[in-house]
Amino acid sequence: MKKNAGKFIVAAVASLFMIVTLSGIGLAADPIKIGVAGAHSGDLASYGIPTINAAKIVAEKINAKGGVLGRQVEVLPEDDVCKPEVATNTATKLISEGVDAVLGHICSGATKAAMGIYKDSNIIAMSPSATNPGLTQSGDYPNFYRTIASDDAQAKLDVDFALDTLKVKKIAVIHDKGDYGKGFAEFVKKFIKEDGRAEVALFEGVTPGAVDYSAVVQKIKRSKAECVIFGGYHPEASKIVSQMRKKRMKTIFLSDDGVKDDTFIKVAGKYSEGVYASGPRDTSKNAMNIQAIKEHKEKYGTDPGAFYINAYSAAVALLNAIEKAGSTDYDALTKALKTEWVETPIGKIKFDDRGDAIGAGFSVYQVQNGVYVELK
Amino acid sequence: MDWEYFWELFFGGLTRGSIYALIALGYTMVYGIIELINFAHGEIYMIGAFTALIVTGVLTLLGWNHIAILVLAALAAVVYSSAYGYTIEKIAYKPLRNAPRLSALISAIGVSLFLQNYVLLVQTSDFLPFPALIPDFDFMEPFAHIISSPEIVILITTTIVMILLTIMIKFTRIGKAMRATAQDKTMAALVGINVNRVVSVTFVVGSATAALGGVLIASHIGQINFYIGFIAGIKAFVAAVLGGIGSIPGAVLGSFVLGWTESFATGYISSDYEDVFAFLFLVFILIFRPAGILGRSTTDKV
Repeated sequence: MKKNAGKFIVAAVASLFMIVTLSGIGLAADPIKIGVAGAHSGDLASYGIPTINAAKIVAEKINAKGGVLGRQVEVLPEDDVCKPEVATNTATKLISEGVDAVLGHICSGATKAAMGIYKDSNIIAMSPSATNPGLTQSGDYPNFYRTIASDDAQAKLDVDFALDTLKVKKIAVIHDKGDYGKGFAEFVKKFIKEDGRAEVALFEGVTPGAVDYSAVVQKIKRSKAECVIFGGYHPEASKIVSQMRKKRMKTIFLSDDGVKDDTFIKVAGKYSEGVYASGPRDTSKNAMNIQAIKEHKEKYGTDPGAFYINAYSAAVALLNAIEKAGSTDYDALTKALKTEWVETPIGKIKFDDRGDAIGAGFSVYQVQNGVYVELK
Repeated sequence: MDWEYFWELFFGGLTRGSIYALIALGYTMVYGIIELINFAHGEIYMIGAFTALIVTGVLTLLGWNHIAILVLAALAAVVYSSAYGYTIEKIAYKPLRNAPRLSALISAIGVSLFLQNYVLLVQTSDFLPFPALIPDFDFMEPFAHIISSPEIVILITTTIVMILLTIMIKFTRIGKAMRATAQDKTMAALVGINVNRVVSVTFVVGSATAALGGVLIASHIGQINFYIGFIAGIKAFVAAVLGGIGSIPGAVLGSFVLGWTESFATGYISSDYEDVFAFLFLVFILIFRPAGILGRSTTDKV
């Protein structure tokens, strides 16, 4: 008993000493507090936890090198269970703890709910995973950034590619009536109309699995479209492309990452030649990407989970911006995020006026000699 | 009126119809003889296509020419699928021949699910490329924008199969026995017809046409997976009902009508509602002609 008491005293003295030293550092320079908000418990915890891990790994690494602007980085995780009604409380709590920037939130709905609160306190939030287009496009959240492409980024990229590179004037938009394909097709239609340089000659849904698409193909031909933009998956795409080519039509075929799949080339064979499809930019060979995954394995002993790479990139981008801005001031930080390029595991990025990462996301690929080749 | 567009849609509907017809023929024949809707028919079609794919793969490695491969692959598919048809009948339908019709129907659905999952497990769930076995004929080149060579081949095959089946049923001994069995099984047995043999032959012939369809259609579309039989089967079934189930020319006519309905609805209205129009049309036909276009309505004598 006496022995234990002795141990206790030693521990108490030690911890007291630590507190004193810690506050000593604190007096020298306040830590930079990064709030990490997202689902850390509940059904969707697997989406949120990797972001905490990423933030901790990045913070540890930077702290070991002396921190940012001579200040240590502190990670403050806060759970929002991916629920909008909880997310507002999460945001309020993080602000009351004095965070300088927030990494999060994870789900689009929760992010939307929290953004207003951050905006009122001039705090920047950067999400690794919220893909809802409205977050950046509505203009309601000037303090919002993300390191993942928004749902409509592919549609935008494909339309830009068709208008700027292919320079087509008439476009047929075809989809497979599914959530993914139709959603994509509707964004494509919207962007073509907004741009005004080309017209949508045809907007049609096809039935997946039908034995033959000759009627739709004839309709495309009749519409005199120079280019087909297809929203859907490869089985239908390969049938439509094959039938178009068999009817001796040379119409350009452009599609989404449902088609950017090697099975498409295998199935459509020679007819796949020249087909364009957008798909996620290949980052697996990026040295930082490999390094980030290795660090996770070393620290946690497992493979990283969902959005880890995006979260890692967001943490790097945020801390880099603070470093470049020289402070955590809102305006300086905003300027740094939008002007300074930064190397991250998802590539070299900076942010556009709306808060979407330029340089992250999708590329257009073309089938050349039986393989998808990324077009620069 | 844009006539060229009209004819393109017309031929599009015709090929689509002949695809349905190749499958619908087997449906209607089996129904005509034993009044069973053989839901596994679509799966026989799918197995035919898979058999042909495997045979083609082997023969291509051996460096055979296209026509020889097509003929051999079709032959292998026909033999293999017929064996499946024969076995299915013996295992799943024969024991239920005197049971209520609903039991046999459920057994048919069971067989269909079994075969789908069997192919899923032993093959793959992915789409597999199917080589184009039917070559593009040079003399067809001027018309290629309207109708392609494989489509012509499918159309001609459908017509030939239809004519052969009609001749078989009208003029041969086994055809006579089939008609007798269709009219009254017990009476047919009493006058010395081997009813079991007649039913087996029906399944073998029906499966053979499905397998032929599997080879030609897969070669035309260029891809197969374990699920192709389901959708094709359902559409072919609708076509058979539309034409009057049990009638051989009816199945072909019904398939063409269905193909045209879909093609014109897509071409002039919207492909979003392709299936809606097809089924609306079916409903209308059945309201005015409950037995289908060429079906003979039979009155049940009490």
